[in-house]
Amino acid sequence: MKGRTIYPGKAEGEAIVSKEPLSFYGGIDMKTGIVIEKGHELEGKCVKDKILVFPYGKGSTVGSYVIYGLKKNGVAPKAIINKETETIVATGAILAGIVCVDGIDIDKIKDGDYIIIEAGEKEAEVVIKE
Amino acid sequence: MHLTKEQERMLDGEEGEVVARMMRLLVRLGDVYGAEKMVPVTSVQVAGVSYKSIGDAGLEFLQDIAKEARVKVLTFLNPAGMDLENWKEMGISEEFAKKQLAIINAFQKMGIVISATCTPYLAGNLPRYRQHIAWSESSAVSFANSVIGARTNREGGPSALAAAVTGFTPYYGLHLDENRQPNVIVKVKTELKTSTDFAAMGYYIGKEVKKGIPYFQGIKDADVDDLKALGAAMAASGAVALYHVEGITPEAKEVSIEGLEEIEFGEKELKETYDRLSTGDEPDIIIFGCPHASLNEIIKVAKIVEGRKARKPFWICTSRAVKEIADKMGLREKIEAAGGKIVADTCMVVSPIENLFNTTAVNSAKAAHYLPGFCKQKVVFKSMEDLLEG
Repeated sequence: MKGRTIYPGKAEGEAIVSKEPLSFYGGIDMKTGIVIEKGHELEGKCVKDKILVFPYGKGSTVGSYVIYGLKKNGVAPKAIINKETETIVATGAILAGIVCVDGIDIDKIKDGDYIIIEAGEKEAEVVIKE
Repeated sequence: MHLTKEQERMLDGEEGEVVARMMRLLVRLGDVYGAEKMVPVTSVQVAGVSYKSIGDAGLEFLQDIAKEARVKVLTFLNPAGMDLENWKEMGISEEFAKKQLAIINAFQKMGIVISATCTPYLAGNLPRYRQHIAWSESSAVSFANSVIGARTNREGGPSALAAAVTGFTPYYGLHLDENRQPNVIVKVKTELKTSTDFAAMGYYIGKEVKKGIPYFQGIKDADVDDLKALGAAMAASGAVALYHVEGITPEAKEVSIEGLEEIEFGEKELKETYDRLSTGDEPDIIIFGCPHASLNEIIKVAKIVEGRKARKPFWICTSRAVKEIADKMGLREKIEAAGGKIVADTCMVVSPIENLFNTTAVNSAKAAHYLPGFCKQKVVFKSMEDLLEG
């Protein structure tokens, strides 16, 4: 699948997929990388070293700082894949230096799929390994 | 995006790792939004100052940035979570104050002016017509774009900080003339008597036009306080970052309104909005100054309460600069004698007032919009005169 690069780089790993939008501020614990938003489909799961897949971000702009904090604390996802990356997630991913791509049909990615991402300066390629 | 040699050098790390990272942020955001180049900015206002809003995540980020980066242009802050001098009087805990002051120290280290206000234009950071700036606070963005005619997008905390330490912002959105055209006409069919009437109209119109650029007709007169209230409300209930008022704001005569959809705002809509924003009955406190009170608003309050007690305790939130003048004018004594307080550097939305009160009365539609969610308050929404005398 082809998409747009938000932050370039290569990454591969296991997908953790949310069909719902994700709020980083108040939604993910910055120290552990565990999703803490009550009732969220990923509640209790850890994003550390995963390829984190969700449609788009929601919630407070402080979410950018949380993404930065996840990276600093060593519990960040390896990469982020969105349907559409809005400014909060884009800003966080760029500041933290986390590979981030959007414009991807995320319905094709299932929880646990092994994902390979090559994100160039502008365009990105996402492959689901069989 | 086209970058100049100077910008390339920053991106390559010649001014350090932090500046490089900040430049990378601006370049990528510019690419995402289709900017062809960067423009120099002359003024910045950074949001994300209150510890209540940004928490430890924000504090740690800012401390990292402050190790290296220094701002290149006049940079102010959004309100903090407490009065930076008289926080004890406000009932703020030691723990909260310690964290808040650590945030302020980080900003100070970067060379930012510690003027924590949502009205930088009333406190010494005043851009001119058509100047490119990078401001964050939604009501200040609206005022700068609409009333002054400066050019700014609504920046997030980090992108505003990036503009401050690099001196540039990507050239897209409201920086371009073609994106400043109105897309809807608002016909005002009722007389707006107070700045609270303007706020109520702003609340209604913001909900109607969402991200749009409204063009108002039928407003006979409006002072700076009226326009401040109008813009703040539209930015809260909608995401309006620019509006035009025929005969009053500077770009109104330069834009085209041919063939635009029209909506009306009359007596009925005004009354409906007052009813909708009022969710409580008996306030524990009255709070003015959202956005931060101008000197003129403080003078008005002092006149209303002169020589008597107000019916409830009240606060007036304002910038440190305006508070200093009010103190010098002897207004503070009058206000304190009436049961009031002038609170600087903060406001009712970003400070933890939920620990102190349950029902708050305001004359601001923006405050009425945010207080139920951010501070778990019931709200009484009325004009300054009605709240103090009523």
